[in-house]
Amino acid sequence: MSAELAHGVTYWLRRLGGAVTGGVSKLGYAARFLLAVMWHSPQAFRRIHLTLREIYFAGVLSLVIVLMSGMFVGMVLSLQGYETLKRYGSDEQLGILVALALVRELGPVIAGLLFASRAGSAITAEIGLMKTTEQLAAMEMMAVDPLARVVAPRFWGGVISMPLLAALFSAFGIFGGYIVGVRLIGIDEGAFWGQMQAGVDFWPDVTNGIIKSVVFGIAVSLIAVFEGYNSRPTAEGVSTATTRTVVISSLTILALDFVMTAFMFRGGNV
Amino acid sequence: MNRAAIDLWVGIFVAMGIAAILFLALKVGNLLTVDHAPGYRLEARFDNIGGLKLRAPVKAAGVLVGRVESVRLDPKTYEAVATLRIDSQYEFTRDTIASINTSGVLGEVYIGLDAGGDPVMLRDGDRIAKTQSAVVLEKLIGQFLFDKAQDSSRGRNGNNADSAPTGASQGSGGTKK
Repeated sequence: MSAELAHGVTYWLRRLGGAVTGGVSKLGYAARFLLAVMWHSPQAFRRIHLTLREIYFAGVLSLVIVLMSGMFVGMVLSLQGYETLKRYGSDEQLGILVALALVRELGPVIAGLLFASRAGSAITAEIGLMKTTEQLAAMEMMAVDPLARVVAPRFWGGVISMPLLAALFSAFGIFGGYIVGVRLIGIDEGAFWGQMQAGVDFWPDVTNGIIKSVVFGIAVSLIAVFEGYNSRPTAEGVSTATTRTVVISSLTILALDFVMTAFMFRGGNV
Repeated sequence: MNRAAIDLWVGIFVAMGIAAILFLALKVGNLLTVDHAPGYRLEARFDNIGGLKLRAPVKAAGVLVGRVESVRLDPKTYEAVATLRIDSQYEFTRDTIASINTSGVLGEVYIGLDAGGDPVMLRDGDRIAKTQSAVVLEKLIGQFLFDKAQDSSRGRNGNNADSAPTGASQGSGGTKK
């Protein structure tokens, strides 16, 4: 009886340990993968059109969804913010509220989430399918390094696209907030922009937003290419990898956002 | 899609992104306003700065003329020392009064400058001699309640009010009737 119990405890402890070491070794593998991508990047940049093509697929084709979402988020922020600020008779502060919320938080985070679902999943599926159909193996046979030819351009395409998409999201969100706040509700236009300029600083507000979006871009792109490159070469494996990309990058974005916000805006007399 | 079209679209995309960052910097933020204009520093000492924050506006007659650059506590006199960066196109007289004000009930705290008539102007690094500290709402309400209590107790023993001045020893700033 006690031997059976000890056996059960050992089994569960072994599974726990296996899960932890597996997670740590995967993290280390991802870090080495990132280094390998960096190492092959100069080789990829020598054929810059490959990266430009990926910027087109990851960035330009994500424009519509990002800009539309930005407009709507800004418009909703404006409506909701107005309803709340009106209670305190300070509805002219709406410009600050919309701009700070977008520039500091919503711009990088929502653009990052959209980017992970729109572009990250596509990158994973593409690389995963290339692996499944043995295109990557064929490249290696021809002495073409798939890291330089396939992975690095996609990684850099995502890293370059993400901050631009986040900035466009914030800009269109503020525009949407302006349309609802000034044109629809009728807040004074001068107060809207004036309060915004008085309350939002390029440093630290805008720059911190840009730093966040760069970090999200690196994280999402790395997760997307890593999951694609290491997917099981089956139809099911590709679908699992695509799902994992969206889930892991969304959680990573939110967790990183919390950590960075805690460091950037930790209150106090700043 | 051929390479020229992709290059064009990527170019448009990157230009739009840079335009958005510039928009955030210039129209939404205040990268090119008073902050980076050449200015000079003045120092003002206050007993209490209330809710004054770094980069709070400095206004004269309601016009933004500078910002609060730093706030620190003088370890000897226990006064708050605020360093103000004033736009160099504005000059203030030596007898200028600096006061800490609040715009509206929930509004931001700012430093108001009221110029006097002295012919000598303040220079870089000078100290504003006359200051008026922030009005701390809690102290004001406490004072008000204290006065009220004093009044009502005076009204209750109205007959012997003259012989026994109630609470007069505590009323450091109480209004006398």
